[in-house]
Amino acid sequence: MLNYFIRRCFYGALVLLGVNLVTFMLFFTVNTPDDMARLNIGGKRVTQEQILKWKIERGYDKPLYWNGGAEGTHKATDTVFWDRSVSLFALDFGRSDSKSATDIGHEIKTRMVISLQLAVPLFVLQVIVSVAFALLLVFFKNSPIDFWGVVTCVLMLSISALFYIIVGQFLFSRVFHLVPISGFESGWEAVRFLVLPVILSLLSRLGSEGRLYRAMFLEELGRDYVRTARAKGLSEPKVLFDHVLRNALIPILTSAGSYLPFVFLGSLVFESFFGIPGLGSYVIEAITGQDFAIVRSMVFVGSVIYILSYIVIDVAYTWVDPRVRLA
Amino acid sequence: MSFKIVVLWSDVVVIATLLMLIAYAWRIHGSPNLRATWMKVLRDRAAICASVVLVLFFAVAVVDSLHFRRVLSQAAGASADQAQAYGTRTESLLDVLLARLVAGRETSYSAPLAMRGFTKDSVDVNGQIERTYPRLKYGGEMLSDDTQWRGDVTRMALVGVGIGALVAMLAASVIALAVARKNRLRFGEAAHRLLQGRTDLPWRAVVVTVLAVCMVFGPLLALAQHYHVFGTDRTGNDVFYQALKSIRTAFVIGTLSTIATLPLAVGLGIVSGYLRGWVDEVVQYLYTLLSSIPNVLLIAACVLMMQVFIDTHPDLFETGAERSDVRLFLLCVILGLTGWATLCRLLRAETMKLSQLEYVQAATAFGVRTGRIMVRHIFPNVVHLIIITTVLDFSALILYEAVLSYVGVGVDPAMNSFGGMINLARTEMSRDPLVWWSFAAAFAFMVTLVLAANLFADGVRDAFDPRARAFRPRLRPTALT
Repeated sequence: MLNYFIRRCFYGALVLLGVNLVTFMLFFTVNTPDDMARLNIGGKRVTQEQILKWKIERGYDKPLYWNGGAEGTHKATDTVFWDRSVSLFALDFGRSDSKSATDIGHEIKTRMVISLQLAVPLFVLQVIVSVAFALLLVFFKNSPIDFWGVVTCVLMLSISALFYIIVGQFLFSRVFHLVPISGFESGWEAVRFLVLPVILSLLSRLGSEGRLYRAMFLEELGRDYVRTARAKGLSEPKVLFDHVLRNALIPILTSAGSYLPFVFLGSLVFESFFGIPGLGSYVIEAITGQDFAIVRSMVFVGSVIYILSYIVIDVAYTWVDPRVRLA
Repeated sequence: MSFKIVVLWSDVVVIATLLMLIAYAWRIHGSPNLRATWMKVLRDRAAICASVVLVLFFAVAVVDSLHFRRVLSQAAGASADQAQAYGTRTESLLDVLLARLVAGRETSYSAPLAMRGFTKDSVDVNGQIERTYPRLKYGGEMLSDDTQWRGDVTRMALVGVGIGALVAMLAASVIALAVARKNRLRFGEAAHRLLQGRTDLPWRAVVVTVLAVCMVFGPLLALAQHYHVFGTDRTGNDVFYQALKSIRTAFVIGTLSTIATLPLAVGLGIVSGYLRGWVDEVVQYLYTLLSSIPNVLLIAACVLMMQVFIDTHPDLFETGAERSDVRLFLLCVILGLTGWATLCRLLRAETMKLSQLEYVQAATAFGVRTGRIMVRHIFPNVVHLIIITTVLDFSALILYEAVLSYVGVGVDPAMNSFGGMINLARTEMSRDPLVWWSFAAAFAFMVTLVLAANLFADGVRDAFDPRARAFRPRLRPTALT
């Protein structure tokens, strides 16, 4: 178990290295720092001095990968790659490219807490509601409830999340004045701001999740142990809730686990629509402001969270199903 | 009127898709096995209705993909041998068909079917300046006063319904004729069977779909002759026209992005699954790496870099349309290059399973070369997975485009797309009085397209993957098997 864990972590680090290299090449080789300087300063006439000043302020004037002019180890460390890419491993994100040059590490820390406040309740409710809905459909298999339930699912998953948000905001905030349209406050006040995004996010994913879980349950229902349980004379609810539900936990875990990274990263669309200052809206602000330092850091943070999540899921398998042994 | 044909990158894609579909249809025709499977798809009532809608949408996309630029009339005094000058506007065949909608641009918002503007303005009435709702330039221009509006709209709508009904009747008789020829029946007998739903394929459902489509589009097109059926947006552009133009963008994204995933996903998936060893390790590392970067972030990073490239090389593109088209094309390529991991993983697993089967072992024993085994023996047996994934991804990508446009890394803002329409609608929905029609139009078109794509995809999956068929919901319990 420990052996497996260490090996996974090692592989994760290797993947992270690759991610780092890919993002660095994407951001610094496809376009030179000069191009970025020109874009960031803006305007038609950008002088060479302005570009140089912009680059020096942000440390982009050094050589990209290898500094031939420096001494000893500085040949490798006195480069943009070392400053901006390798230092990410020490969780040193540096400052953003914009004029305010905020500390990215600090921003990420404060914003992740806010993202978690939205994402944790959402994650838990999402799994509970979707599984409950799917169980309902499976319990009434081959009946109008099942049929129209699936039809509703298909209809719901054909509607873009953006429509749910716009209509939901319009109805609940503008027409009924139940919750504020957008914004955020800390403490218990936050609940008022979080209710609507949580409900809408639940609805927007219920169609696809419900159908997915329904298929999982039906697959389990076709197995031998279900026939045995029925032959034993167990009632259908008992078969479904005691036997099938427990055995379906593994596929549920896999599918729910794939959302785990977003628990930390927040939802881009929901956060920015509802003005919640989490990581998701941070990314959108960075993209619209063309602040590449933030986007780079977020790619790194995102991958770290992804890799960690998958290790956690693997460990969770052993806890859900004692038959699974990690080696 | 002479013109120069312009072939944009995405036009090539749409036309190539059309040709590929025709070629595939030809192949289906020739292979009894494939024909049986696709007949299964068509026997699915939801799938065949969805395909009617999809064909219609695709036709709009194809018509919108034939681009040209008009020749500008020569300036007086210009020498005859001077190079021909072309207009900067790149038009498509659809623009010509809807020329009235393009030309009838208003100044600002107007409600659906309105004959007056949405906001008050200072208008010169008989020499006096008055604050009133100004008459629209195009919407109801031939009406002399407001009382005629109701009668005119009703009349046009009825004409539309009539023409729609006629077209639907025509389609129904063509289908009945086809049924009659195939089953060697008299026309009356065939029509009777058709109406009772006793045909081999669910033709009655098709007729109902065609009727519904005609009932919706007949009045819409009839009214569009004199009104803005879905109103106009902030700069006075017709919303109905924008929605029709967005269809092409959606189709290009849905098809090109999946096509772009195929070379990497299929190639690497089969090679790594068959060869195993270090090749497998490398491929696994690659897709783990790719899938460990959150998708939106990776796409955003790529699109931002592409944007910088396009901005710093303005001389590469002759017209604005070319620039936004290259952006669309590259966006799809990026979606493809970042999205191959799932299909690759699927194909790798399937190849591993297949490579253990007797027929592959037999081929190896006969000394067939490795490359040939992969192409001739493995590939044809994973094609069904590729088809299922392609059709399932199509609708997901259309939905994804809307989100990407919202994030700011979608298609060019100058290009019509559902994402762009929703994005604008967002500010309109918070206006007072409410401007709802752009939003409603985008919603109606997008849901219809995505729903049709989803239903068709479900039909395809059920036909190609027998296991999935067991999960179909049924209204009546079936006999235990």
